[in-house]
Amino acid sequence: MELFLQFCINGLMLGMMYALVAVGFTLFFGVLDVIVFSHGDTVMIGAFGGLSMYWWLGAVYPGLSLTWTVLWVFLAAALAVTVVGTLVARFLIMPLRKAPPLNTLLATMMLGTVLREAIRLFFPDGSNPKPFPHLLPEWSWQSGSLTLRFDNALLFLSGAVMIVLVHLLITRTRLGMAIRAVAQDEEAAQLMGVNFTMIVLATFALGSVVAAFAGVMNGLYYNEINFGMGLLLGAIGFSAAVIGGLGNIYGAILGGFIFAFLQTLGAVALPFASAYKDVFAFGSVIALMAVRPTGLIAEPSSQRV
Amino acid sequence: MKTLFFTRALFVCLALLGLLMADPALAAKKSVKVGFIGPLTGGVSANGLGGRNSAELAVMERNEDPSAKFLYEFTALDDECKPNIGVQVGTKMGADRKVIGAVTHYCSAVALSVVDIYHRFGLPVIVWGAVQPDITYGNDYPEVMRICGTMINQNEEAAKFMRSQGYKKFAILHDTTDYGKSHKDFFSKYLTENGGEILGVFGVTSDQQDFTAELTKIKSLNPEVIYFGGLTPLGVRIRSQMDKLGIKAQFEGTSGIKSDAFIEGLGKNLAEGSLSFIEGTPTEKLPGGKKFLESYKSRNFSQGPEAYGAFAYAAMVRILDAIEAVGPDRKKVTATLNATKDVDTLVGKVTFDDHGQNIVPAISKYVVQDGVWVLWEDSEYGSGKRRLKH
Repeated sequence: MELFLQFCINGLMLGMMYALVAVGFTLFFGVLDVIVFSHGDTVMIGAFGGLSMYWWLGAVYPGLSLTWTVLWVFLAAALAVTVVGTLVARFLIMPLRKAPPLNTLLATMMLGTVLREAIRLFFPDGSNPKPFPHLLPEWSWQSGSLTLRFDNALLFLSGAVMIVLVHLLITRTRLGMAIRAVAQDEEAAQLMGVNFTMIVLATFALGSVVAAFAGVMNGLYYNEINFGMGLLLGAIGFSAAVIGGLGNIYGAILGGFIFAFLQTLGAVALPFASAYKDVFAFGSVIALMAVRPTGLIAEPSSQRV
Repeated sequence: MKTLFFTRALFVCLALLGLLMADPALAAKKSVKVGFIGPLTGGVSANGLGGRNSAELAVMERNEDPSAKFLYEFTALDDECKPNIGVQVGTKMGADRKVIGAVTHYCSAVALSVVDIYHRFGLPVIVWGAVQPDITYGNDYPEVMRICGTMINQNEEAAKFMRSQGYKKFAILHDTTDYGKSHKDFFSKYLTENGGEILGVFGVTSDQQDFTAELTKIKSLNPEVIYFGGLTPLGVRIRSQMDKLGIKAQFEGTSGIKSDAFIEGLGKNLAEGSLSFIEGTPTEKLPGGKKFLESYKSRNFSQGPEAYGAFAYAAMVRILDAIEAVGPDRKKVTATLNATKDVDTLVGKVTFDDHGQNIVPAISKYVVQDGVWVLWEDSEYGSGKRRLKH
């Protein structure tokens, strides 16, 4: 029973990270009908941005309290990724709007490689895995084979809060209304006086902030980041968004948790070696797509985002 | 009398002329290309760059030596630790007829897929860092030699050592490449032969980030030791996630995690007490090790030589010596290298057996102590002052 609970906790943590990445994919698709394949690497940029901030704080304000450090790290990550995200939107995604979707897909895939290699080459000693600092209190509670860690709980809760905030922003604010309007019909939205460029940039900024959060969360959870972490994370986030139904935020969250559940199941419950857990998880995604090509929560495009 | 004087004078003149003709400083040296292949980008690039720098150092030193017959041109290619890329760059190196010999590969999976190509092109290579046995023993190619040991010796020593420390129950994690699988196979074999017990074996992909599922299962099996057959990036993640899940077992790695990047990635507290086993004697304890490290430092390379740098250096020196001896001819160089017997190199005496495998006498045991890999015998663990986890 304790073992089962531990598996559930591991799976939930993993699921939350996947969900945060998937939300980005689904936002971009919902608003612009594009798949931004470099999103996983944006997450990685967030983690490295946070780490740089931590180093800088350590050098300039050595005695800063942990709470402030964590806040600044998150802020730096969000800022770094928002800058990257809006630049990408303005100079790569928008100019390619009239091009076939395949071009955007390829361009963003290549951009992902550029981001990865840039960190590897220009970040100090970037080709090696970097230790990410322990910034959260390390209380833990043990019972048999179950270990509950306070920092994990904190990360999970803040992830949930992040998702709720995104939800509120989209459903309750004027900006959210504009985003939804553009997603439904960009021409009609423009006729109603919505500044299309601004909304696209705002959407990318929003998706990027969520990605930055996922990146720092990843760093705090594993205490290790590396330049290649975004690759698989991106593939998984995208799959999660697809099984949930691209364009639907709740679908992305659901998809993230489903993928984590499949991976955990693949690693522990299958009779054959755990080496096949990714094969199992991605295979299940293919099966799910065959059964429900539009995703689990498919909504008409008029209700996107 | 006069005749004798003239004869002598003529003789001296001729001799002087002969000296002038032979003087390498006056006649431009013929240039010869030698190559290096290793992972210069990607997760294990720290080791690849250390190897490249070390091999380049050997070439630099040779070019500064006025008695060298040729001017050596050094060319390094990146195999990215990926077999498909390895095949491409191996072909490129082999097809360049100007390249007479090369020091190749850190990653076993890559080396395994490229050896056929070297044979086809007749390019003599010395493997400097890949330890999977089949690279030399799986074929009869005279062109393929290896200066570092194989993982067979390493794992035999590791299994015996762990048993001698009183450990009985092991859980095994390994990456699913040929490299990781072979580590698992040889370690399992020698462990069971020596009375150890394997509670579970878990294969993981070589770019996996999350190991909590496997580790949670391992935790419930309650082993005394977690053995990991794989390379540094995964080693860092596994060791760090063991801590997150409150697993108290001893962490044992292979030569694949013996790098400064492992300690840097974990921080010195978490890395403390991790074990690794590697062929050969530590660089600083080698007869010429100090000179090598000093010379390396004086060239201001931006990365350290890492664990296998000395092997890459010694391999390059062997190739250069062979070219000096028989000239820039691939066939002759291959034959000369194959005949290597009891040759003194930086990594000790080198003898290639009939498969071109160096028979390395020593395996060194390492433990992390206060943020550095320390030879077991020199460590406070070895002297009994500190204890491994039991």
